[in-house]
Amino acid sequence: MIDGFLHFGKILLGTMVDVLPIIALILFFQWIVLKQPIPHLRKVIFGGIYVILGLSLFLLGLEKALFPIGEIMAQQLTDPAFIGLSTSTSVDWRLYYWVYIFAALIGFSTTIAEPSLIAVAIKANEVSHGTISTWGLRITVALGVALSLAVGTFRIVTGTSLVYYIVAGYIVVLIQTIFAPKQIIALAYDSGGVTTSTVTVPIVTALGLGLSASVPGRNPALDGFGLIAFASVFPIISVLAYAQFNHWKLNNRKSKL
Amino acid sequence: MKFGKLLLSIIRKIKLAVIDLLPIIIVIAFFQAFVLKQPLPDIADVIFGSIFVILGLMLFVEGLEMGLFPIGEAMADALARKGSVFWLFVFSFALGFSTTIAEPALIAIADKAAQIAAQENLIDSSPLTMRNYALGLRISVAVSVGIAVVIGVLRILKGWPVYYLIIGGYVLVMIMTVFSPAPIIGLAYDSGGVTTSTITVPLITALGVGLATIIKGRNPLLDGFGLIAFASLLPMIFVMIYGLFWF
Repeated sequence: MIDGFLHFGKILLGTMVDVLPIIALILFFQWIVLKQPIPHLRKVIFGGIYVILGLSLFLLGLEKALFPIGEIMAQQLTDPAFIGLSTSTSVDWRLYYWVYIFAALIGFSTTIAEPSLIAVAIKANEVSHGTISTWGLRITVALGVALSLAVGTFRIVTGTSLVYYIVAGYIVVLIQTIFAPKQIIALAYDSGGVTTSTVTVPIVTALGLGLSASVPGRNPALDGFGLIAFASVFPIISVLAYAQFNHWKLNNRKSKL
Repeated sequence: MKFGKLLLSIIRKIKLAVIDLLPIIIVIAFFQAFVLKQPLPDIADVIFGSIFVILGLMLFVEGLEMGLFPIGEAMADALARKGSVFWLFVFSFALGFSTTIAEPALIAIADKAAQIAAQENLIDSSPLTMRNYALGLRISVAVSVGIAVVIGVLRILKGWPVYYLIIGGYVLVMIMTVFSPAPIIGLAYDSGGVTTSTITVPLITALGVGLATIIKGRNPLLDGFGLIAFASLLPMIFVMIYGLFWF
């Protein structure tokens, strides 16, 4: 019990150290450059305390519950015995189907719980006066991440070059950008960056490194990284596609009237 | 009466946080029960951990709307009114740099990258070289995020369409990929994704949206977003340049 408290204290301290430069920056600008008091100071301070406390609790919980499970599951799923791989057979990518399914599902579910994405979705909903729903955006992004991790694990198993996939992804984004409704583009680009933070990165990294270490002929230095890059490109594609779809639906309705 | 209302709103917020977490619980339970068929180790830890995650998420979202969003917008508002582009850029760079250099996800990935590079004999495996390699990696990413936020703010001021810059960035990434040593490429691509942390994202988003709201002729939806996209793109380019120096 005391151990638990100590550990929480450590995480809390760590979070505060992370936030310190931001607080210093804001105070410096308010006092030295802007020379103004901070508006609604009490609320901001309480909000800040909530954020620090909340994030620390969240990280503690992740460490206790999610990360160990994620790592164990990644290990078990990529274990040659589970896959049914004998040393003599060459790698058949089809044997790894549970890995792809797990990658997709864990990508979807961790993205739904990603605090940064929640923040951006709240803001997008507010700015668009409700046209962009928070859940619509979150689910679309999560679907993008799910697909990206399934493809990303497939790439690790087959050992093809990361560059081809990323370049292909970029080309799809370019084509979509030409046709997509202009209002959504900036938000779509942003959603690529926010998907992978607190929850997703550790689990995905464990999966990628575990997989590249256990598949014969793969090298963690060359193949283990790259999953996060996938998870940053595919959500852009899915959000642009979702916007395009809504746009068409709206146009169809208009032309019928 | 007031207490009852408070309790009700807390219960409602906990419910929201539980819904956020439900998919993860379902996925893990399904795989343990039907695919791996193994009991979970330390079930008590898992249950307590999940409760912490739910409470933490609830507090975080509450604090976001109370503290982080308003302060980000207030800063954007005050800086825009002050009318000094210089201080706006200094603030933008400092925000990007300072939040990235201490980012735990980046520290973890930089250390891991140094270990792997040493294992593969790409760099000297002495602790000093490894530490320098990891630190250099973190500094290149942090500087690139700082510059990215400055470019993003400049874009909002000028009203340039976001896609010209992003597409230009992609082309640069592709060109750099051709010239970069293979071991750095996967890492470089990943470092774009890990830079934007949970506290940075709300602040940067509030800054962008706040600026686009205040400046005449800018649309918050069209111009306010996009800062995070730059912050994910530029580190890729910088890390590949960094790789050129090492390998």
